[in-house]
Order: sequence, then structure tokens, then C-alpha cells
Amino acid sequence: MTRKSIPGVTVRARTDLPVLKPFDVAAHSPDPMMTVRWLAGMPWWTPLAMMGAFLLWPAVAHSQGTYGMADAFEALVRWMPFLVQSGFLFNVLISVFAMLVGTVMGAFLGLGQISLSRPVRAISWFVTQLFRNSPWLVILFIVLLALPFEVEVFGVLFFFPDWWKAVIGLSLPVMANISEIVRGAVASVPTAQWEAAESLAFSRTQTLWRIILPQCFKRMIPPWMNWYAILTMATPLCSLLGVEEIVTLSRQAMESENNHPELLVPFYGFALVLFFAYCYPIARITIALERRYSVKL
Amino acid sequence: MTWTPDRPIVSVRDVHKSFGTLEVLKGVSFDVMKGEVVCIIGPSGSGKSTLIRCINALNDIQGGSIAVEGIEVGAPDLDKLALRKKVGMVFQQYNLFPHKTAIENVMMAPTLVLKRDRAQVEAEARALIAKVRLEGKEDSYPGELSGGQQQRVAIARSLAMNPDVMLFDEVTAALDPETVKEVLVTIKDLAAEGMTCILVTHEMGFAREVADHIYFTDRGVIVEHGPPATFFAEASDPRTREFLGQIL
Repeated sequence: MTRKSIPGVTVRARTDLPVLKPFDVAAHSPDPMMTVRWLAGMPWWTPLAMMGAFLLWPAVAHSQGTYGMADAFEALVRWMPFLVQSGFLFNVLISVFAMLVGTVMGAFLGLGQISLSRPVRAISWFVTQLFRNSPWLVILFIVLLALPFEVEVFGVLFFFPDWWKAVIGLSLPVMANISEIVRGAVASVPTAQWEAAESLAFSRTQTLWRIILPQCFKRMIPPWMNWYAILTMATPLCSLLGVEEIVTLSRQAMESENNHPELLVPFYGFALVLFFAYCYPIARITIALERRYSVKL
Repeated sequence: MTWTPDRPIVSVRDVHKSFGTLEVLKGVSFDVMKGEVVCIIGPSGSGKSTLIRCINALNDIQGGSIAVEGIEVGAPDLDKLALRKKVGMVFQQYNLFPHKTAIENVMMAPTLVLKRDRAQVEAEARALIAKVRLEGKEDSYPGELSGGQQQRVAIARSLAMNPDVMLFDEVTAALDPETVKEVLVTIKDLAAEGMTCILVTHEMGFAREVADHIYFTDRGVIVEHGPPATFFAEASDPRTREFLGQIL
């Protein structure tokens, strides 16, 4: 292919007047993988460096009380097993289940968005946009307050623990974003593939499941993992609603240690390290997969 | 409306087709008998591709009628699957399924759509791949094949459905001159076996050699037609003469 000569772009401009360069659309559109790209771009020691910087903070470094940083770290070590087992474990559980529920519902919603039936398409679109554009915290509040804490089914009383409600609340925005991933991935397959399948007498369902979805499945994995990372980092939102997870428990632990200001950095820093340790590998793998699966037609 | 071989296998009557306000076909009529090879030529934008896409209902029509073996293509209750089992189509850009190997591409439609026995389909698929001279490439993915090879797999894929009519939509337009030949040889073999073929093509030499009848379209109508000998020698329409003059 011969390179086109565009003055001011590929060759030197032959004018000293201002030249309007072509607008690079790709560089200015929002990046759907922004979160993992940002996370994966950090060096692995970032949280440690942040904690170090906080320890040098004047108010911390020059604290005059009898309670020092050493005591704070000693307290953290005592609380660590509890914080991980009763706290962070639930963050992981909430994120895994919310992702599971969100993915299943989102897959159906995404297929609904490309349905041939106009009402189905309209409703799927509306639900997707509603949950995609609502603040996560608002959705969480509504779900936690609207759902009963116990349900009676055929005379048997089922308890609805708070963290289950958190799973449902968080799965809704995930569902909406997965729906968009599915819709976008299907739309990214050239229409010629639909036509080729059509001319071979494939039905629409056969075309979708045998021709179209297998081609875009790999392409859906990186953005899907991106949303898992976002979801995991959003689980502390539940602490505002009293669901027991690491941030809620850290706060309670600090209270029982008499709320010394020296406790803040070690305790919240520990939560930060846990989240970083969990999400960072996910982000790195996501970026690696994205590179591997980048469109090759 | 049962169809008998003494009637045209494809019958196009006064077909009108518009995209919005743009009328692409303005009353096109022609008949194709079983075993005939018909070439449609003409300048770009004259509606050639649209015309053959209408024949297997990839595009709908706004007026007139198209019948394939008595199946009315424009009917609102058209059984598209029944029609497409009779009509095979090959595209300019091959449109192979990139996630399947060559032989899987060929086998997919018979196993999934016709629900036929896998072992039998596989044997037939191997025979078809051999027929398009691609032995040894059965397990290659489309991305590993050249354009001409991909196009021949696409032809085998259409043949696997055992169609009665084959439509070729500028199948050599995306190929380089050397690979054009291998694809044309394949089509010529098919024609020699008695397959009914409708081709949109720019290959005049090929049209002259294999076609039973040539249609020249311009601005949505057929302006000139005839068997190759008379068509190329004594075209009377000035637009056709001008077009042929530029190409030959």
C-alpha cells in the first residue's frame, strides 16, 4: 500500500498557516478498560510506598502520645486473622456471587438488546441504561432497604443475610454493564458473517450461538474481568450499609482499640494491601489477555 | 404451484428494489433454465449485486416477483430456510467462519441445518474439498489460507448444502490476477457438471467462455442481453458498446 502524502501529517507542511490535523477518534473516546489499565500500570510496590509515605506524614511521625506506631502495628497483627476471615473473605464472596448473578442476568439482557422483537429490545435497553447510569450506592440502598430480612416460603422461614442483599444490589449494575459488553461484542462481528450463515439456511438462533457468539466470546473476557476488578473494589460500599466486610470490621476493630489516630494507617493500609493483592493480578492478566485476543479477523 | 424442469428454475419478473428513496432495480426480468450459466455484467452501482442478493432473499423486493423452483421469494410467508436449501451463494469477501477450520466450515450447515449424520457429511466434505483442489488444507483455519483458497472453501461450503442454483457475487473481485484463475476453473468445472449458475462478474473472458447467456445491466435495468457470441460481437445498445469498449 502506498502511503498517502498528507501535508502537515505525513509530510512537511508547505504552509506556515495553522493546519487542522485530523481528529483521532480512538484517542479521545472513553476507554472501557480504563480501570484495569490504570491498576495494571502501577508497579507492584505501590501500596507499600503509599503506606510508607503516610508514615512520614508529620502528624503521624511526630505524634507525642504514649501510644506509638509500634503499638498500632502490634494491634493490627492481633486483628489480622479476624479481618481476613470475617472481613475480606466476605468481600471476595460478595464479589464472586455478584459477578456470577450479574453475568447470567447480563448475558440474557444483552441478548435481549439484539432481539428481533421491538418490545424486548426496548425493555432490555431501558433496564440496561437504568442500572448502568444509576449510582451504585443508590442501587445498594434501595435493595438493602426494600428486600425483607426474612422470607417465608411454604411455612419455612428463610433468613436473608445482609451480605446476600449486597450481592443482589451489586449484581444489578454489573448486569447492566455485562449486557453492554454482550451487545457490543455481537455488534463487532461483521454483518457479512450473518449473511453468510443466512445464505446457508442457518436460523437466527443457530447463527447467534454457532457463528457469532463463538467469535466474540474471547473478546468479551477482558472487559468482563475489568468489571470484576471494579466490582471487587466497590464491595466496601456495603460498609456504609452495615454489611460485615473488611472496612466495617476494621472500623469496629479500631474502635475497640480506643480509636487511636495511629491506628488509621496500619488498618486501612492493610485493607488497601489486601485489595491490591487481589485485584492487581486480575488487572495484569486482563491486560495480557486483551493483547492476546485483540481483534484479528 | 409445482415446478417442473421444463419451466425456468429461476424466474425474475419486473423486479423493483429501492433503498429508501434510491431505486436500485427498476423493472428487471429474466429467466434461467436448469443447467444454464448466466452472467450479469455492468458498471458499478448498476444493481447487479442487489439483483442476485434478492434471489435468495438477503434483500427484499418492493415490486414484481422472483420465483425459484416455484417458491415465490417475495411472498410474506416465504419459508426462507426452504429457499436457501435450494440456492447457494458465494460472496466477494468469502465470509468464511474464522473460528472454524476449512472442513468444519463445509460441514457446519449440513450437520446443523439439515441434521445429517456426521460421518457421512464428513466424507462428503472431504470429497468437496478435493473437488475444489484443496486436499491437505482440511484442517487449516481461514486465516491461514490465501484469498483464492478461502474462496474455493466458500464454494465447497455452499455446495455441501447440495443446492440447485448457485449465486456468485463478484467472487473474484477481491483476488489478485493469479488466484482468480484457480477460482474460475472451479466454477467452470461446476458449470460443466450442469449446475445452474448465476454470476455477477467483471471477468469478460470468463463470461464469454462459460456463459449461456449474458445480461448487461445499467442504472437498474437490463439494457442488452444475448448469448456470448452475439452479445460481444453485435451489441447494439450504445451504453453496452461503450462499456465493452473500455474493458475489452
